[in-house]
Amino acid sequence: MNELATRALNLAQTKGARYADIRLVVLETESLVVKNGIVEAVSLDVSQGFGVRVIAHGAWGFASSARLDRETVDEVTALAIEIARASAMVSGEEIDLGPPEVHVDTYNTPTEVDPFQVPLGDKIDLLLACDEAMRRTEGVAVAEGNMLFIHRNQLFANTEGSLIQQETTETGVGLVATAVGQDEVQNRSYPNSFGRHQGTGGYEFIERYDLLGNAERLGEETVALLSARQCPSGVTTLILGPTQLALQVHESCGHPTELDRALGTEASYAGTSFLTPEKLGSFQYGSEIVNITADATLPGGLGTFGYDDEGVPAQRSYLVKDGIFVGYLTSRETASRFGQRSNGAMRADGWGSIPLIRMTNINLEPGDWELEDVIADTDDGIYMEMNKSWSIDDKRLNFQFGTEIAYEIKNGERRDLLKNATYAGMTPQFWGSCDAICNEKYWDVWGTPNCGKGQPSQVAHVGHGASPARFRNVQVGVMK
Amino acid sequence: MLGQAKVEERIKYALSLSNAGQTEVVLLGETEQLTRFANSHIHQNVAREDLDLRVRVVLGSKIGIASTNDLSDAGLQRVVESATAAAKPQQDNPDFVSLPAPQPIPEVAGFVEATANCRPRARAEAARSICLPCREQGLNASGAFATRSYEYAVGNSLGILAYYPTTLADLRTVIMSDTGSGYAAACSLDVGEIDAESLGREAIDKALRSRDPLDVAPGEYTVILEEDTVGSLMAYLAYMGFGAQALQEGRSFMVGKLGQKVAGEHITIWDDGLDSANLPMPFDFEGVPKQRVEFIAHGVVKGPVYDSYTAGNEEGKRSTGHALPAPSDNGPFPWNVAMAGGQATKQEMLASTEKGLWVSRVHYVRPVHPLRTIVTGMTRDGTFLIENGEIAGPVKNLRFTQSILEALSEVEMICRETKLTREAFMENFIGGMRVPALKIGRFAFTSATEF
Repeated sequence: MNELATRALNLAQTKGARYADIRLVVLETESLVVKNGIVEAVSLDVSQGFGVRVIAHGAWGFASSARLDRETVDEVTALAIEIARASAMVSGEEIDLGPPEVHVDTYNTPTEVDPFQVPLGDKIDLLLACDEAMRRTEGVAVAEGNMLFIHRNQLFANTEGSLIQQETTETGVGLVATAVGQDEVQNRSYPNSFGRHQGTGGYEFIERYDLLGNAERLGEETVALLSARQCPSGVTTLILGPTQLALQVHESCGHPTELDRALGTEASYAGTSFLTPEKLGSFQYGSEIVNITADATLPGGLGTFGYDDEGVPAQRSYLVKDGIFVGYLTSRETASRFGQRSNGAMRADGWGSIPLIRMTNINLEPGDWELEDVIADTDDGIYMEMNKSWSIDDKRLNFQFGTEIAYEIKNGERRDLLKNATYAGMTPQFWGSCDAICNEKYWDVWGTPNCGKGQPSQVAHVGHGASPARFRNVQVGVMK
Repeated sequence: MLGQAKVEERIKYALSLSNAGQTEVVLLGETEQLTRFANSHIHQNVAREDLDLRVRVVLGSKIGIASTNDLSDAGLQRVVESATAAAKPQQDNPDFVSLPAPQPIPEVAGFVEATANCRPRARAEAARSICLPCREQGLNASGAFATRSYEYAVGNSLGILAYYPTTLADLRTVIMSDTGSGYAAACSLDVGEIDAESLGREAIDKALRSRDPLDVAPGEYTVILEEDTVGSLMAYLAYMGFGAQALQEGRSFMVGKLGQKVAGEHITIWDDGLDSANLPMPFDFEGVPKQRVEFIAHGVVKGPVYDSYTAGNEEGKRSTGHALPAPSDNGPFPWNVAMAGGQATKQEMLASTEKGLWVSRVHYVRPVHPLRTIVTGMTRDGTFLIENGEIAGPVKNLRFTQSILEALSEVEMICRETKLTREAFMENFIGGMRVPALKIGRFAFTSATEF
């Protein structure tokens, strides 16, 4: 792989590129799906390829291929240059990447148990046992369980002298029990919804979450939801559980702090951002207890790595500090426009994609409350947990979420189970109403493995640290 | 592009390596070039070629799947071994009946050389024809112009061997002013049918007309939904209920509604993979020829699409040719959906509306209650107040939370013309939604935003 990388970079420079980089990737994936006592799928997938990115003729070009041979490297590099020449026909400002990033290094995800060495039979047995436990409750129509393991071996090299070898490992697992009633479908998921919870690390990730110990509860709760009271409509106090809060952070903070969005380069698809550059350093994003960080060094986070896909080291930085908007997620090109260095947020979803500014682990820093004290301190409100639906406008202001489960809170106590819970709001007003955040005891980094962005569309794996938090005067019960 | 002979040779070789009772090999090849622009210049410009060869082996009725993009002899040896290793530790799947047997597959002409051979310079010229007028008018042009060629092939040990090459050109643009925006898009097998300059004019016109939008209160309104909006709603209706797996699991809106009226009598929605007015695909990813399937006919629920697995689970059902590549978490899915056009023009719809909202496009649509087909989303890129049969002016974007079927029960007028649209989550394969604009008597907007 080193030889092909050197060949591409030399050729790019010969053909006039003032900057070039290459990523060569081998990706291995193992996935298992169990449903209603049957193994629905066991799939082992391998993908390899490379992509060459150049700045030539004052503009960007990128080309990629699955064929790892010298002839294809030459063709692809030449195509990248041709594409850059075409880009220059409709050029913008000069591209400035800022100071060189030169790193020669290796990085491996710390793992205790290589998930690819755990026998398939053991994984299937665990999923089937969970499946049986979920279906013990009469009324569970569908019980599903899945595991996913990813191993990525990537070599990055650039014309500035970087050579970085990274091997990252991801592990994911999810259970969901579904009950069907009269005009109702209810789900309960664990540890997270929409597929699974996922992080960087080995099989120890799965063992941490006691799947079997939680499976029967999922079946009980999803059936109970069928006959639960509908979430009432009104304006009330809202306490969000950590998995739902993780998605709230994702949609209403992670995305609007992507500097490429703020500068308009995602306008044709996902949109722009209400956090425009003149707001940096002064805009009141949330209450003063709200602190949000980007941290690609968090152990086990799904957005954790050694170097981003521009070869910038993983790092931690503030996006919101004491409620004030103070930072963006950046790339070399966007950061240099502000006289800064990239904070390492450029990530591509594979060898065939260009890196874009993506989230790493975007975290609501823990506060100092105990959850039971937050509830005891709440006269009238609703506790909502585990995302079921989500939507937000194209500047990341107006949002609406639904959760799998909710509880009424009355006079400081958790009371009735509620179904079809939804809430809506506007981002700064919502975060401005945050008046309690639970402490580190409740804090975990939740994986969001399905973040979409870009044209062609890319899917990023990102993480969000969160513990429960309370918000005042929130519109709930949006659905008729 | 490998070409039919090479693709079929590789599939046959992979099949020959398997000792399983049944084996299937699916090849998904794609070559894509995409030119993207923002702030009225080209900022991303990419090319990618890849192929995904997927092997499914059946040992007894244990099913193992593996994939690779290495088509060498050694790569195919490894992928067959992996699929076999994936199957071995399982228990038999009692719901599995059989991989499909061969059926005649109709000839479809879906490949246009000009699209496959489109060079970066040509896409850059298209981008320039949109960007330069925007620069002149102080507007901000963004968009993406993609040209793709695909090779789809399926072979199995029962004798299926099907191959289909196709192409796609897809241009979308969002033009922004300080306070407004407009959108235009077109897609076709043939890049020659994409008129970038005309799309730019359409989006510029809407961007200019949507400047300085006023606030409008959320509530129920009569709406005129343009085709891109209707296409998005149809895509989510399909997601919530047009597949047999959701019906069999009790999660589709069709549950308990087969043969019942769920929409207005002028509403007919179907899927037809052979329709040349869509982006055709003659067979599915099990090699079964696509059949025309009606979901709703004159407002009455008819039924979903099937693959071989879901058909095997229901007495008297056969695959309708809508399998996705295995493994498919959500089962069969329709990729070539159409809604019947009506008799009206958009101008007639407008003139007949005393008060309402004109919705060009919607954003971030998501299911909220799948059985009741309730979705939420935002309007985007051109939302206008209608008063006394005319556009009164632009309004700030609104969030809707609305049952799609209830909306389809309130359709007052259907446009004669239809347009081909593509929803973002359907980008993986060839296909789209061909739909008319609709005038709907009541549509619920539940909140608003600041722009």
